[in-house]
Amino acid sequence: MMALFIVGLSLGLAMKFELLAPGKTIMGAQDYNATFTLHGIIMIFLIVVPGLPAVFGNFFLPILIGAKDVAFPKLNLLSWWIYIVGATIAISSQFFGDGPPDTGWTFYAPYSFKTGTNMLPAVLGAFVLGFSSIVTGLNFIVTIHRLRCPGMGWFKMPLFVWSLYGTAWIQLLATPIVGITLVMVILERTLNIGFFDPALGGDPILYQHLFWIYSHPAVYIMILPAMGVISEIIPTFSQKHIFGYKAIIISTMAIAFVGYFVWGHHMFTSGMSGTALYTFSLLTFLVAIPSAIKVFNWVATLHKASINLKTPLYWALAFMFVFMVGGLSGMALGALATDVYLHDTAFVVGHFHYIVFGGTGFAFLGAMHYWFPKMYGRMYDAQWANTGLVIMFIGFNALYAPMFYLGMIGMPRRYFDYLPQFHAANILSTMGSWVMATGFFIVLINLIRSSRNGAPAEVDPWHGKTLEWTVPSPPPVLNFDEIPTLGEDDGPYEYK
Amino acid sequence: MYENPDLAASNFVKGVDTAFVIIYAVSIFFLVAITVTMIYFVFRYNNKRNPKATQIKGSTTLEIIWTGVPILLVLGMFYFGWAGWKPMQKIPKDAFTIKAEARMWQFNFIYPNGKREKNLILPKNKAVKLELIALDVIHSLYIPAFRVKEDMVPGREKEMWFIPQLEGEFDLFCTEYCGLSHSYMLSTVKVLSDSAFQSWYVDTTKVVPVEGESLAQAGYDLMESTGCFACHSIDGSKLVGPTYKGLYGNQEIVITPSGEKEITVDEEYIHRSIYYPNAEIVQGYNKGLMLPYKDILTNDDIELIIEYLKTLSE
Repeated sequence: MMALFIVGLSLGLAMKFELLAPGKTIMGAQDYNATFTLHGIIMIFLIVVPGLPAVFGNFFLPILIGAKDVAFPKLNLLSWWIYIVGATIAISSQFFGDGPPDTGWTFYAPYSFKTGTNMLPAVLGAFVLGFSSIVTGLNFIVTIHRLRCPGMGWFKMPLFVWSLYGTAWIQLLATPIVGITLVMVILERTLNIGFFDPALGGDPILYQHLFWIYSHPAVYIMILPAMGVISEIIPTFSQKHIFGYKAIIISTMAIAFVGYFVWGHHMFTSGMSGTALYTFSLLTFLVAIPSAIKVFNWVATLHKASINLKTPLYWALAFMFVFMVGGLSGMALGALATDVYLHDTAFVVGHFHYIVFGGTGFAFLGAMHYWFPKMYGRMYDAQWANTGLVIMFIGFNALYAPMFYLGMIGMPRRYFDYLPQFHAANILSTMGSWVMATGFFIVLINLIRSSRNGAPAEVDPWHGKTLEWTVPSPPPVLNFDEIPTLGEDDGPYEYK
Repeated sequence: MYENPDLAASNFVKGVDTAFVIIYAVSIFFLVAITVTMIYFVFRYNNKRNPKATQIKGSTTLEIIWTGVPILLVLGMFYFGWAGWKPMQKIPKDAFTIKAEARMWQFNFIYPNGKREKNLILPKNKAVKLELIALDVIHSLYIPAFRVKEDMVPGREKEMWFIPQLEGEFDLFCTEYCGLSHSYMLSTVKVLSDSAFQSWYVDTTKVVPVEGESLAQAGYDLMESTGCFACHSIDGSKLVGPTYKGLYGNQEIVITPSGEKEITVDEEYIHRSIYYPNAEIVQGYNKGLMLPYKDILTNDDIELIIEYLKTLSE
């Protein structure tokens, strides 16, 4: 998966390099269009959606609730193999047939029917990957319901577990919709049944509805586990009970629920009725509230804490900043008048990279630095880790902040070439991409080296209170010799 | 938002920019306030300065405040977003109507008197309605200076309107990804004074070859304005359609509904390809990308095109 991420990252870098100067820099328009399509498919379907749940969920969910393993270990393995098959099919679209797909990861109809490129494998791959997601969701729900250790009531579960619970329900309920949609695309392309292509009597807007009914909740599949990670890191390094435990749970479930009803904000200019437009706009603003509540609670946790300023907390703080930028830039996209102006411009690209890369990506790296001692039984070099973080943070902002400006002066997205007025900000953005990649590789190489020769880690290097810090580092195959029991006064955040 | 409202290029600029200013002001305030608080806490409650944390589990009062206040703020943002957008929905009945046609990868604007233009020529201070027609895939018509954007969806009848309030030239982009040359699908809006617009508008004389201009040159001009070169190169490079270089007189294998056959690209074939482009597709290219030009190009026009194509095979 790391390898896939590096591929996705390289594609992103190649695109930024292409945009360094107007006109053709390193590739032609067709290659550029294929590049952003593959970048989107890899990053969304293969990295960001499964990333946190698959890596940290599978490893830590059972430990955090005091279980020896997930409820269906074999189903879990199946989901892994489905993932490999789906990924292989999706990536094979690059090498066989009539050239790499060039529709963007959204596969909008009717362009996706007209293009001569190799659409079917890409769509089929995304379809297969959906099953991996559904199976994982089901497995997590059953695990959380059935396998909590004695004394682990619902309101004694760590917040990361709660976030996985909310995520799992979205995976289970929303993913089938995109599955059906992709099957319809396949049927339409192969059997000429008219669902979406107006030439066959279909409706392209129907495709957009069906696509976003899944793909908007999918954004919450991406961000909820990230919020869960932050809710673990902050109390541990504050040595303090999380502020507003129940408020955070309620906000998690509220996001999981309201997130189903806001898909229309991707389609403000598509020609829906006026009533639909302002209803979606209003709901979009409401879904922002639970995220704001979480941020307030995290900051409040820092108040009167005893802060142990270590790498994972730096990541959490960096996360909070970029997540706020991403979330607040979303306000301008939720309001009708401003979204009509910004829709499909570079501003949107900046916004969602702040959320899914800044949000989910930074939380992933934070989780990596938080749980690394537990997973590998070794410590990492904190100095290199911090250096990489700072460089990456600077590069990240230099890369994506100019996109807000570009969107404000009207540069459309998915643009291979641009008018002269867009040049200056694109140069800054491209240079930012180099700085960010440098920072990322410092972080990555440091972790790889430390996993081999880091100093041995203690059982509880950060003085955390959740159950993973009671088992050896790394944990034995079945986590616990004996299933733990929580007493009346025990809990995930019971610091003294 | 970066323009003086007195100099607003359209009637929507004020409403949209008001929404921008309010939303950004609130957002930036919260971003700065929360970030500063966060950094202050990290310094103030560092374990060197504050070795013992005070355990506080939460506060219902605070939760209610920081749920209630953001709700009021976002409702305010929603209101201004709605207020700036509402007038875009109310198209005046007497608006001057222009048909906007989009195809891969060109806009065409068709005026009530039949004038056909690549650029959008508009009279100042007059309500204009665009009828949005997409001929192949989804496009989106975006004029940043006017703060308007609307998707153009094949099979759907859609409209947009505005009142241009400033004379000058403005960019017009396609903002829905539509394939290979999406980033070259742009055009210019030219707002003229009422009198200048009238004199341009009534001048419906067809562009005839200028004295001394060759037929081939006229053919080139015609193809340029029709947008042929978006898909067919003249230098031999492969785009979504076959290149024109060396095409005329060439032998090609074409795919027809009844199978493959070999043809010579002659005047007959060029006629057929322009009027029925999907009947005989050159091998290696895709069906369905080119639309028939039956209503756009006359037989005389095609004669000129052939004259130009001949020059590319010499």
